[in-house]
Amino acid sequence: MNDVIKLTPPLTDADVEKLVIGDRVEITGVIFTGRDAAHKRLVELLKEEKELPFDLRGQIIYYVGPSPAPPGRPVGAAGPTTSYRMDPYAPLLIEAGLKGMIGKGARSREVIEAMKEYKAVYFAAIGGAGALMARSIKKAEVIAYPELGPEAIRRLEVVNFPVVVVNDVRGNDLYREGVKRYSRVKAA
Amino acid sequence: MREIDASRITEAVKELCMKANMHLGGDVLKALEKALDEEESPQGRDILEKLILNAKIAREESIPICQDTGFAVVFVELGQDVHITGSSLAEAINEGVRQGYAEGYLRKSICHPFTRQNTGDNTPAVVHVEIVPGDRVKLIVAPKGGGSENMSRVTMLTPAAGIEGIKEFVVKRVKESGPNPCPPTIVGVGIGGTFEMAALLAKKSLLRELGSKNKDPELQKLEAEWLEAINDLGIGPQGLGGRVTSLAVHIEMMPCHIASLPVAVNIQCHAARHKEIEL
Repeated sequence: MNDVIKLTPPLTDADVEKLVIGDRVEITGVIFTGRDAAHKRLVELLKEEKELPFDLRGQIIYYVGPSPAPPGRPVGAAGPTTSYRMDPYAPLLIEAGLKGMIGKGARSREVIEAMKEYKAVYFAAIGGAGALMARSIKKAEVIAYPELGPEAIRRLEVVNFPVVVVNDVRGNDLYREGVKRYSRVKAA
Repeated sequence: MREIDASRITEAVKELCMKANMHLGGDVLKALEKALDEEESPQGRDILEKLILNAKIAREESIPICQDTGFAVVFVELGQDVHITGSSLAEAINEGVRQGYAEGYLRKSICHPFTRQNTGDNTPAVVHVEIVPGDRVKLIVAPKGGGSENMSRVTMLTPAAGIEGIKEFVVKRVKESGPNPCPPTIVGVGIGGTFEMAALLAKKSLLRELGSKNKDPELQKLEAEWLEAINDLGIGPQGLGGRVTSLAVHIEMMPCHIASLPVAVNIQCHAARHKEIEL
């Protein structure tokens, strides 16, 4: 496996252009959480040309709804949720300047095209390793939509948060490539 | 008639909700370790190692294995000689879920289907009650995550489709689910009954101990054959490519209507959680 690449948002076009599928990346700095309900609201704001709760440009959104923080911890378990549910919203956010998304599972053709056109990448974190991943989250603060509970938008401070590049700016897809390598099924 | 106070059921459900979400079963851990032996992909091996470490951290630090602490699915085997006093069975269970999800710092993931407004306490639970002989109550709490549940399907095949048709449906379902349900998964298959019974059989099959053999020799053979076909897909841990896509296929079957062949596939992520108690 390749060496680990260190990244700190905000990311530039140049930062994401050098990433290739399969790259192991560790993110340190600030990332934002958002899943189904928050995405719906962000896209409504963009369509109405209203201000977002945070400046999207160069940022990374982590598709996660953490479990509640027990006393003395910033957050409970915090692994990724399945990304395809954010596909209807993601292209608009990418167009507005979002540079990275962290989740699990495959993205739609439209999202992959938007990543190519506006220079953004999609990272996978390990689904179901929420207890382990929470160790990389040092601080969590709800910055918008507290009424959404687990779906509120949080500002996370992370240190060496481990992810893998699944879709790069060239339209490559690690899921497709990885499965091709290990499949024993003859192509129909 | 044996009397059981509803508060005992509440207390038991509360404890089971917390334990299920924080303590991954020994059978699942063993299956993940076996998968680590079999996995050829370096990335896949790295993921499996991290999943085993994750389970250890969750247990030692009393935090959930996965942030999706699930829909509280509760199976009740209620002895017909038991009389529950003090409250209704449903309310006793819901109160246990309410308390367990609050005290255990578990995520509340249940919402109104249209408004998406969260119910705030992870209720209502989904409760399946079976009346059985005797004066005991068995409670099984099986929190079910949304990611793998979303990849599950029920279909009504024609009798002509036969075993091959069922296999094709099952393997195709896993293939199309790809990385979404957090592989390595457990594939629960319900065959027969009616439309809703097939789904329930599939879910029940997930409660069987991982690594155990099906009691029906024919189904045992099919489970092995279908697992091989699934693992030939190359989806691998987290869908990034590899040998181990699923840890097991579990089949539950019952007779069906002469016109029908209902089949359900209930996919379970590697965080296969269920704990039980008998009162």
